[in-house]
Amino acid sequence: MQTNPVIKLADIHKVYHTGEVDVHAVRGISLDIFPGEFVAIMGSSGSGKSTLMNMIGALDRPSDGNYLLDGIDVSTLDRDALADVRNEKIGFVFQGFNLLSRTSALENVEMPMLYNRHRVQSHEQRERGLHALDLVGLGDRAGHHPNQLSGGQQQRVAIARALVNKPSLLLADEPTGNLDSQTSIEIMGVFQKLNDQGITIVMVTHELDVARFTKRMVILRDGQIVTDEAVQNRSAADNELQRLRTAQQAVKLAS
Amino acid sequence: MRILASLKIAGRALRRNKMRSLLTMLGIIIGVGAVIGSVSLTSGATKQVEDQVSSLGESVITVFSGNFTSGAMRGGWGSAPTLTVADAEAISHLKNVVAISPEVRDRKQVLANGLNWNTQVMGESPDYPQIRNWGVSRGAMFSDQDVRSLAKTAVIGQTVADELFPNENPVGETIRIQNLPFLVVGVLTPKGFNLFGQDQDDTVVVPYTSHMHRITTRIFVNDILVEAANDKVITDVQQEITDALLIRHRSKEQDFTVRNQLELMQTVTATQRAMGFLLAGVAAVSLVVGGIGIMNIMLVSVTERTREIGIRMAVGARAADILVQFLIEAVTLSAIGGVIGIAGGVGFSRAVAYFKDMPTVTPVLWIVIAVVSSALIGIISGFYPAWKASKLDPIDALHYE
Repeated sequence: MQTNPVIKLADIHKVYHTGEVDVHAVRGISLDIFPGEFVAIMGSSGSGKSTLMNMIGALDRPSDGNYLLDGIDVSTLDRDALADVRNEKIGFVFQGFNLLSRTSALENVEMPMLYNRHRVQSHEQRERGLHALDLVGLGDRAGHHPNQLSGGQQQRVAIARALVNKPSLLLADEPTGNLDSQTSIEIMGVFQKLNDQGITIVMVTHELDVARFTKRMVILRDGQIVTDEAVQNRSAADNELQRLRTAQQAVKLAS
Repeated sequence: MRILASLKIAGRALRRNKMRSLLTMLGIIIGVGAVIGSVSLTSGATKQVEDQVSSLGESVITVFSGNFTSGAMRGGWGSAPTLTVADAEAISHLKNVVAISPEVRDRKQVLANGLNWNTQVMGESPDYPQIRNWGVSRGAMFSDQDVRSLAKTAVIGQTVADELFPNENPVGETIRIQNLPFLVVGVLTPKGFNLFGQDQDDTVVVPYTSHMHRITTRIFVNDILVEAANDKVITDVQQEITDALLIRHRSKEQDFTVRNQLELMQTVTATQRAMGFLLAGVAAVSLVVGGIGIMNIMLVSVTERTREIGIRMAVGARAADILVQFLIEAVTLSAIGGVIGIAGGVGFSRAVAYFKDMPTVTPVLWIVIAVVSSALIGIISGFYPAWKASKLDPIDALHYE
């Protein structure tokens, strides 16, 4: 591939100094992720995937090694510069949605633009916010508050918020962890559609079913990569939904 | 710094918690309202006193006669006859003395029109209306000629005019004092009550010579009213009067006293100022309590919104953005509280002025002070919570339960 990687991790280490014992959470990870990829980072708890995620998301700095995000060496930046990188380059989707309560879907989506280095006019904020909501199929729910939306819809709002600053990378941390299986498939459908449009997605998950929707699986154990391979028999959300509905239909007929 | 964006964020955050925001503001509202209300009431009262004193004439000096001592009993100022018309004459030649009136007073029964009235009969010079800042509404003041000729002319106050001449113009009519007929040549403009609650219009003014030789027989005056050129030379003139009288009376001991209206005013207003400061002090305490209230709520708010802070940091808020957001929230709370408090305080004092008929002054200076200090309280009480919020680690904040 001729293009530059979005993410270039070179021998990344992370050591936590907690009390008497040093915890070596990530032990020398090197990883290149190119534009248009859809990667699942997997591993059991304690495998270091959350730590890796935090570093990829510019929430934390590696203790050792280099991390180039879109060509910028993130491993040396200070707090403020990291905040700017998160604002411009990364869109976060969390397990618990993390929307602001008592705040409309549109206002939630507009929030990242309030922290842009270059001021975005209010009407432009509104346009971009509504456009992002359209992308996730919630154009008609702009005025709804999170408590008026279902879990799947809330996660879609969160995805719209992640997309609104046109990031280089969409970073999802267990995005389906709080959702039932049908909604999970719907959300994965949204991710697949976005990826088809060329958006690079990195997703942390511990569910193989969910990982199957991606294109590439990276499996960690004890802070190191043990498997890095393309996904075989990739699931397509549309087919999976169809299958699920048929199965549900069958259950109803049987009872 | 993206102040506009921070304002927007803070506005949204406060609107999300309307009831709490209002309750938080209450401390500041009450504090500022109390300051403004109490200050406008006391400064209204002070203004009233000042107006009354200036109605006596601001650059007026009064020379009282001496202290009368009989055995061990001392009579106090004015009890001993020491001042004469000649003293007044001497004072009138001093520099910066623009008007002078030797004053004699007696309560007398005054008859006219088949009616009678007990009132203060004053012997004065024609300068009297000028010294007292007092106009003549009908007719005119008696003249120097009247003084020289011991004329039986009088100028009467509005109260006397109302009592003795209920339905007619007193000018040109005759009143009788000690059975002597006096021609009413003028009526003084109504002046109302003085500081001590006396009706200043309940008076009859006659030439001092007529008073001293026709109504009574005396050679000493009660006091001498002197008007200085302006209030800057007042102390100098006072000193000169003292020096001149000491020489004239050939006494080592001062048998007279010289006072000016400014001193009187200062005594009266000082009490009211003290009262005002006391009230303002109490109000300031409640402002501090209000500030503590804001700090408390902001601290709770930071803890409660830890996750929100994490989200904001994750999507790109810098520490400074978070700091400014919470500072602005605190300042907005206290500033809006301050504005409501000012409106409440002004409204309260207006209501008192309207229903209780007390004068109030809207204290512009104190309104400025209130605005500035409530904003300051917001900054001071908001800073620690805001700083705490900005120091949070985004990862910890995101996972805060």
